[in-house]
Amino acid sequence: MNIVEVKNLTTRYEDFTAVNNINFCISEGEIFGFLGPNGAGKTSTINMLTGLSKVTEGSIDISEIDAVKNIKTAQGIMGIVPDESNLYQEMDGFENLCFCASLYGMRKDEREKRAKELLKQFGLDNTGKRPFKAYSKGMKRKLTIAAGIIHEPKILFLDEPTTGIDVESARQIRDLIVNLNKKGTTIFLTTHYIEEAERLCDRIAFIVEGEIVKTGTVNDLMKDYQKGKIVQFTLDKGVLDIKETIKNDFPDYRFEIIDNNTLKLHSRDTISLTPFMKYFDDKGLNVYEAKVIKPSLEEVFVKITGIKVSKMKKEKEGGKK
Amino acid sequence: MKSWIAYWNILKKDMKNYYLKPPNISWGIIFPVAWTLMFFIKSQSDLGIRDILPGVMSMSILFGTTSMLAVTITFERKNSSFDRLLLAPISLNLLMLSKTTGAIIFGIINAFIPVIFASFLINLAGINWLLVLGSVIFIAITSTFLGLFIAVSVSEVFEAQTFSNFFRFPMIFLCGLFIPINSLPVFLRPISYILPLTYGADILKSTINGIGIMPVQIDFLVLIGFALVLFSISIKNIKNKWIH
Ligand SMILES: Nc1ncnc2c1ncn2[C@@H]1O[C@H](COP(=O)(O)OP(=O)(O)O)[C@@H](O)[C@H]1O
Ligand SMILES: [Mg+2]
Repeated sequence: MNIVEVKNLTTRYEDFTAVNNINFCISEGEIFGFLGPNGAGKTSTINMLTGLSKVTEGSIDISEIDAVKNIKTAQGIMGIVPDESNLYQEMDGFENLCFCASLYGMRKDEREKRAKELLKQFGLDNTGKRPFKAYSKGMKRKLTIAAGIIHEPKILFLDEPTTGIDVESARQIRDLIVNLNKKGTTIFLTTHYIEEAERLCDRIAFIVEGEIVKTGTVNDLMKDYQKGKIVQFTLDKGVLDIKETIKNDFPDYRFEIIDNNTLKLHSRDTISLTPFMKYFDDKGLNVYEAKVIKPSLEEVFVKITGIKVSKMKKEKEGGKK
Repeated sequence: MKSWIAYWNILKKDMKNYYLKPPNISWGIIFPVAWTLMFFIKSQSDLGIRDILPGVMSMSILFGTTSMLAVTITFERKNSSFDRLLLAPISLNLLMLSKTTGAIIFGIINAFIPVIFASFLINLAGINWLLVLGSVIFIAITSTFLGLFIAVSVSEVFEAQTFSNFFRFPMIFLCGLFIPINSLPVFLRPISYILPLTYGADILKSTINGIGIMPVQIDFLVLIGFALVLFSISIKNIKNKWIH
């Protein structure tokens, strides 16, 4: 079942179209990712879905609630973690969490219990009375995520959850996302890290300049990119000697000779390795390695969007918009 | 029920984070005290303490309420923690009520500081305290909503302060607090009647000094009218400007 259905969604700031006629669905229980460079329209989309920005055109249904008309009802089942933390600087972790829980109508005993649990789970239970402003960046992000899930939302929106924080915190946050999802929370995240999208998301939408250019599971995206299969063999010697004969002996395959030790085999269908192993054995050649070559999501992304990955990398180091 | 939990906790958080912080408490108290002393000392001559009490009370409310909203709203908006409130599943009306209730209470308390001072110096017999309380509440509500209107019209805290003064200082002179409206130049008088504080001060003056220029029922109605209009314009502004 789809928990989010977005149709023909558009938002304009004056005459600038930040999000242009996008369509997507998120099914219950999945991790859905928006992957795109800075300024692509990721935050603008989250803002429309969560009610922080106006919808110029289109419709949003969240858990069968018309979120354009009844955003306040829809907000009750959402957890929202913005890209820049917006907790209260002067309050400590516990106070911040309890306050956020109260916004969703949780009772005092419930919210204190949950807050304590979350602080512990996020490794923040030793921060005591330290105010939020004295937290490190990674701790801030973790507390912001805790604040986003304290009311146990059905769907969690995470805007660039690991941007601009240390590697270790980023790793912990990815683990938290996976665990949360395992317990049944649907997750919509945005990122400009290709590896992150690949590692976390069940399905990914590539978004560029306000438009979704492609949506699919990681496997589907790869399949579309690379029609057929590739296997690479590494032999001890003699690839150049069999160069011509192997083409005649296996006319259904295409061969790519890399050097005297390496050749690549292309096929439309799944490749059975046994005949090849036998063939090489008959020729007195040893096979050291045979590996299936998969394209990286990076290659797929570059091919589909035409955006140089170096550009994404540069932006992620640049940090700020 | 759930919404009221949110309402109460927003109010409580603002109280703890802003109103009860030493700078604000002292500011909230010193300011009315200073005004009180200044006017009481100056009024040794022709005007009695009782004559200026309504004016001093009105000013304490006006300054106490409008200055707080620059912090609780403009400041939170600026550092984007206000977004968290906009994302909560409570109606915008209730949200803004919870953000303003603290200022209203603060204004009401501020109003009674000069009264406490005066009670040591003069005899306050013959005053309808219920009417005083009613007018103080409504002045506090109206001027809080004026502060709200200002706070949502600007984006910087200093702009909120400047813009507030644009309203506050003329009000001191034009609302009949210390200078009776009838002694103002004729061309200024219409302005007096479009300022909400005129009506609040009028109720206080009619019970404390017995010199109201309008029936108090009218004064209350006008104050309520101002409050409703200012509140709904503010809500509309938030919807238009903050939810892009
Ligand atoms: N409030 C706004 N007013 C005008 N333009 C905006 C506003 N918010 C975002 N934009 C523009 O919309 C585009 C998309 O922004 P955003 O959604 O923040 O991108 P992302 O989150 O993918 O980096 C950008 O070009 C940005 O400059
Ligand atoms: Mg963004």
